[in-house]
Amino acid sequence: MKLFITVPREVIKQPLIAQVVLETGVLINVERAHIDSTEGWILIDIPDAEGDRISARLIERGVDVKKLEKAVIHDEYECVECGACISICPQEVFSYDEDYHLVITDDRCILCGRCVPACPHQALSIRQ
Amino acid sequence: MEKSIDEINTRIRDGSAVVVTAEEMPDIVSELGEEGALREIDVVTTGTFGAMCSSGAFFNFGHADPPIRMERLWLNDVEAYAGIAAVDAYIGATQESTTEGATYGGAHVLEDLVSGRQVELRAISKGTDCYPRRTLTTDLLLDDLNQAIMVNPRNTYQCYNAVTNQSDRTLNTYMGTLLSNTGNISYSGAGLLSPLANDPTLSLIGGGVPIFLGGGSGMVIGEGTQSSPANGFATLMVSGDLKEMNSDYLRAASITGYGVTLYIGLGIPLPVLNTDIVRNTAVRDEDLVTSIVDYGVPRRDRPVLRTVTYAELKSGSVEIDGEMIRTSPISSFSMARQVAGDLKARVEEGAFTLALPTMRINNQKRNRPMRETARTPRVREIMNPAVVTITENELVKTAAKKLLKGETNHLPVIDREGRLVGIITTYDVSKSVLRDGDALTVSEIMTKKVVTISADEAVDLAAQRLEQNNISALPVVDSSRHVIGILNAVDLGKLIQRRWQP
Repeated sequence: MKLFITVPREVIKQPLIAQVVLETGVLINVERAHIDSTEGWILIDIPDAEGDRISARLIERGVDVKKLEKAVIHDEYECVECGACISICPQEVFSYDEDYHLVITDDRCILCGRCVPACPHQALSIRQ
Repeated sequence: MEKSIDEINTRIRDGSAVVVTAEEMPDIVSELGEEGALREIDVVTTGTFGAMCSSGAFFNFGHADPPIRMERLWLNDVEAYAGIAAVDAYIGATQESTTEGATYGGAHVLEDLVSGRQVELRAISKGTDCYPRRTLTTDLLLDDLNQAIMVNPRNTYQCYNAVTNQSDRTLNTYMGTLLSNTGNISYSGAGLLSPLANDPTLSLIGGGVPIFLGGGSGMVIGEGTQSSPANGFATLMVSGDLKEMNSDYLRAASITGYGVTLYIGLGIPLPVLNTDIVRNTAVRDEDLVTSIVDYGVPRRDRPVLRTVTYAELKSGSVEIDGEMIRTSPISSFSMARQVAGDLKARVEEGAFTLALPTMRINNQKRNRPMRETARTPRVREIMNPAVVTITENELVKTAAKKLLKGETNHLPVIDREGRLVGIITTYDVSKSVLRDGDALTVSEIMTKKVVTISADEAVDLAAQRLEQNNISALPVVDSSRHVIGILNAVDLGKLIQRRWQP
């Protein structure tokens, strides 16, 4: 599962992820992150079974943790299933089923946003 | 055995015609054989749904009181061509809004009208004795127009190149986003369902043939613009009544970095008259071959990387140089199926009869490139061949002297063999003086990733490259990266200004 961590100013300089990895032994995969001097966010991927434990540890360290769900907003009316989103997504979120209908596996999404401008029908947006 | 079009139409009218889609046909022919399929099947329906930029519609708005001869007009701020007098106009799908740019265009006006939404018409005129009115503004619905006739000059390509991008920059093209370094492959077309792929000799498709267009009925006018049947790239000019269409099959799109286009559903029912037609309509994706072309090369004739079948393209990945590259279409196969299926139902219901072309299309024609009488200037013609360069190990101080003496802001840096290895600018030199004095060498302050151009490229490409990289000069290099000149934005600006001055 993916967790979206918002890091407030007070703890921005701490090695949050490294500490949680050492304490729990869980391999945390940092998929995207943005940190500057005043605030930051980190998108991590962890085994589903470890969700509660990792969330709890992170929250103890003073960050806000949200489980990433339904990251891709898909406008089914605008979408014509042209497939322009399929090959440009680095996470392979989009695919066709056997009947060439678009399937969105959005638990893979890392919020990169590349699909948004790539859709000719403006049918995709990313939940912020 | 042969069947006549009249026999087939009689069966359609009495509801006994056997109709299948072009997707069902190959297996039927495999099972029944060509003669068997000819006996069993009366009609094969085809369909495609994709971006068809060369589309638009003629309108007649009716006369206002006092009347106006519209000289220029806009529908929701999208200009339509009014040079056809009085209250007629043609709106092109790709024309962009004067107020909203690439997010709204002619295609959106068409979709709005078809969806029953109101559109604002604005028109201006100089005023004449017979048409005294000078300005006009009114809101119109599709029902308010006397005629709204879609006429698409170039639709439903028989086949289209698949594209990739071997350059190091992501490209935004009419084929969608093309990731850098062969990051993906984009293709278009419905493959085995595509109308012209099922009649490659144009024996059945020609002027006067009834078609499904945008959910309504229409017909083939004849050969489309840029049609090139002799090498498998035929196109059709088609027409249909916009008032019969619906937004399931007519959708505006806006492709990032390219602009507005229209997605439209087009299907053609083919009568099964003889075994040649059976064979043609039994085509499979495995039989349909196209080329993968590198759009990283900004020229008309782009390098072909390999040939590929639609079956391979649809599989989701294709090998290029030993690497599996992901593919995706920009046209909708599920919608193409829906077009062919909807058309099949209409023929089965007896609502759609068939006709042979009243005017055949010449299937030997080949498209030609433009004859250009004024050749686009090449980089070689405006570059400065007396380029001042410097080598890596010289001092920044030497660079400063050269910059001043050469009255230039850019010094290409070369190695011992004269090959380009970097560039420094007056800005780099000034910055280095502030930082570490003038004891540094050129290699310590130079930019190593240099944007270059070759001498035989068009100056337009040079202009685009300068703009994209936000730089003001381009070293001109030969194939072994020897610096043979420098192209300055100022010289380029002068040239382009001269070219476009009336």
